[in-house]
Amino acid sequence: MTGNIVRPYGDTTGDGRIQVSFTLPVPFGTPAEKARAEGAAMQLAGKMGLEPAMVVHGKGMGPDYTFFIVYGRVSHLVDLSQVTVTEREFPLLSSAEVNLRIRTGLGRKLVVVGACIGTDAHTVGIDAILNVKGHSGEKGLEYYREIRVVNLGSQVAVPDLVARSAAEGADAVLVSQVVTQRDAHISNAKEMSAAFREADPDSGRQRPLLVVGGPRFDPSIAAELGVDKIFGKGTTPGEVASYLAYALAPDPGGAAAEADQKVGASA
Amino acid sequence: MTTRLNLDPALVREARALAAKAGQPIVAMAKTHTTVSVERAVLRLAGLQGADADGMPWVNRLVDAIRETTGLEYGVALPAWDALLTGGYDSLAALAAAAAHGKVAFRIPAGADAAAARAAASAALATGFARIDANRVQRQRMIEETSQPRMPWIYLIVATGDIYEDIPQAQAAAREGADVIAVIRSTGQSLLDYVPEGATREGFAGTYATQENFRLMRAALDETSRELGRYVRLTNYASGLCMPEIASLAGLERLDMMLNDCMYGIIFRDINPRRTFIDQRFSRQIHARAGIIINTGEDNYLTTADAVDAAHTVVVSQLMNEFFGKEAGLADGQLGLGHAFEISPDVPDSFLLELAHAQLVRELFPDAPLKYMPPTKHMTGNVFAGYLLDAFFNLCGMMTDQSILLIGMMTEGIHTPFLSDRDLALENVRYVRDAAGRLGESFVPAPGGLIEQRAKLVLGESVALLRRISDEGLLTAIADGTFGITKRPADGGRGLEGVISRADGYFNPASEFLEDGERAPAGGLDPRTSPVEAGAAR
Repeated sequence: MTGNIVRPYGDTTGDGRIQVSFTLPVPFGTPAEKARAEGAAMQLAGKMGLEPAMVVHGKGMGPDYTFFIVYGRVSHLVDLSQVTVTEREFPLLSSAEVNLRIRTGLGRKLVVVGACIGTDAHTVGIDAILNVKGHSGEKGLEYYREIRVVNLGSQVAVPDLVARSAAEGADAVLVSQVVTQRDAHISNAKEMSAAFREADPDSGRQRPLLVVGGPRFDPSIAAELGVDKIFGKGTTPGEVASYLAYALAPDPGGAAAEADQKVGASA
Repeated sequence: MTTRLNLDPALVREARALAAKAGQPIVAMAKTHTTVSVERAVLRLAGLQGADADGMPWVNRLVDAIRETTGLEYGVALPAWDALLTGGYDSLAALAAAAAHGKVAFRIPAGADAAAARAAASAALATGFARIDANRVQRQRMIEETSQPRMPWIYLIVATGDIYEDIPQAQAAAREGADVIAVIRSTGQSLLDYVPEGATREGFAGTYATQENFRLMRAALDETSRELGRYVRLTNYASGLCMPEIASLAGLERLDMMLNDCMYGIIFRDINPRRTFIDQRFSRQIHARAGIIINTGEDNYLTTADAVDAAHTVVVSQLMNEFFGKEAGLADGQLGLGHAFEISPDVPDSFLLELAHAQLVRELFPDAPLKYMPPTKHMTGNVFAGYLLDAFFNLCGMMTDQSILLIGMMTEGIHTPFLSDRDLALENVRYVRDAAGRLGESFVPAPGGLIEQRAKLVLGESVALLRRISDEGLLTAIADGTFGITKRPADGGRGLEGVISRADGYFNPASEFLEDGERAPAGGLDPRTSPVEAGAAR
């Protein structure tokens, strides 16, 4: 075995032991029902590759459902050489470094317009990135001296977002989407990027950098959505600030940065 | 309840006096203005239902038509009932349909015509208020027939978007132990300037608040209350641009609690501050009459601001909500003031600080059915740690005698709760209640200790902030971002165009039933007594 092959670790290397919990729509009342329910859970565990498996907990929830906790051993191997991850293409900078890079690379304040679009009224995500307060111990973008933040709040109509971005001279537009019913976050993001592509194509002005974020976005589908960058769950304000500095403020000292300047077209 | 925090009664009195000083100008403004939604609520209380072919309610059509002709400075009632009496229409709906086609010549009647319009409007609203009063009596009967759940009431949310899916979920939740069912509204309803009609099966992250949805759910929970021998309460949201109408529908359909905050819409939904305060006063007058417990939204401040740094803004908002609520006729037992368990678990002594905040609120509002909200901000995706945090929330709720506990989900922030998430959450609260439900009686913080000191510090900060607000004005304070960080200027936000200054002859037939001295409902219940009087509670 090379170091590239691993199994889950319970308490011994290679034991492959994991824990899962799930609900089945089966009753858990009489002894016969309980036996059948546990058998059903065992069957599912087997089909999931848990062998042997042990139902350690079964509990009826109302007359029709049973909750199970199952421990078992999976035979699957994880091949680390086959793991693909979206590598961060930009360096993480401190707030002082972000300010410095904007000052030297852009020579003016970087303007960020943020909003929740469509019917989404959940501003918690955009606020966590933009508000001074920030989150996870990192201050939000309002805290950065060289960033000017315009937070439009919730339920902003896409045409309003486009118009306001132009009026503010936005370098970047940050859109947060929390509500995901019927993939509203996907369709809203596509609508937004299309509107920016179509807006005033003859003005000669480059469209702003389009950034979307939300807990349910897959960061790898930026091109599909027509945006420049997607941030998923757990993104901190510092990551966003670092990305904006990297994408919009050329690093005067680094040749590598040259290729990054046209990020607006890279997607 | 005796004080366990040794709060200075003079300081508490000063806090209330300052809240009253800050609130008085707002009340004066509300008394001299009306809104399109207040006027539409008048028509709803008179029984006008239904919508045109585009789904736009007749109340909107009629109010819009009158606004475009005579204006709303005299209220909708005078021109509407004048046209009804003189135009030969057999119903308000027929009048609205004709008005929508521009076929009605509205006027502000004078003399005997005005008297006739006033009398007809009052008679029509008397029917609506009779129904609200009867519902209040019926709630009491249902509680006597079943039973009053012991506090803390367990509050659970359903939110499928489809009322016919919500109903079995709500009934199942009640069977599993929920005392209060809240039907979350569709995202964005707060910014609709009309109330959708009929039973609805499509919503985003929630189900539309409509009169028919209210009726269907209350009927289903009546059935379940009888089955369980325990009265299961129904909650919805009197917030957003249609706050007065939704409050009225809640009274007409016997909802039991309504989310109704004095500032939430302003701060979190960017609804115009004036619109909000005017709508809010009328809504609370309706809730007072209907025996509905309001739930205020202070928990929300702590989701955008730090729960330690902003603790005093919660207390200040509670005092403002109390002032506005009582001014509108709500009794202490109807003031479900909100707060939340949102201090970062990384903060040293975080549980002690939570105990201090929760006990402070309990002592400031000894007779209020406090609504305590579980952690959301520091639920990280580690469901096991989240389950522990929820248990500490439940324990804090028991120790400090909270009245209504919204049950925390360990999967908060991950997905709409699974059936099993809800079951585990109820198992959590049942364990804590059975194991430590009477811990409150023995919870006496050490004099001079951290909990007492923290509570006194927060009270002191609250009074300092109230001094500033009462000096500079509440609208200015909101514009400056005092609450929940966001800045909301008095002339910004949505809905300002729906605010109308009252003329000298303004007439609102609902006021006859809602203003001071006219509040005693027909059913013989005193609205100033607690709605939880029967066999309650703490």
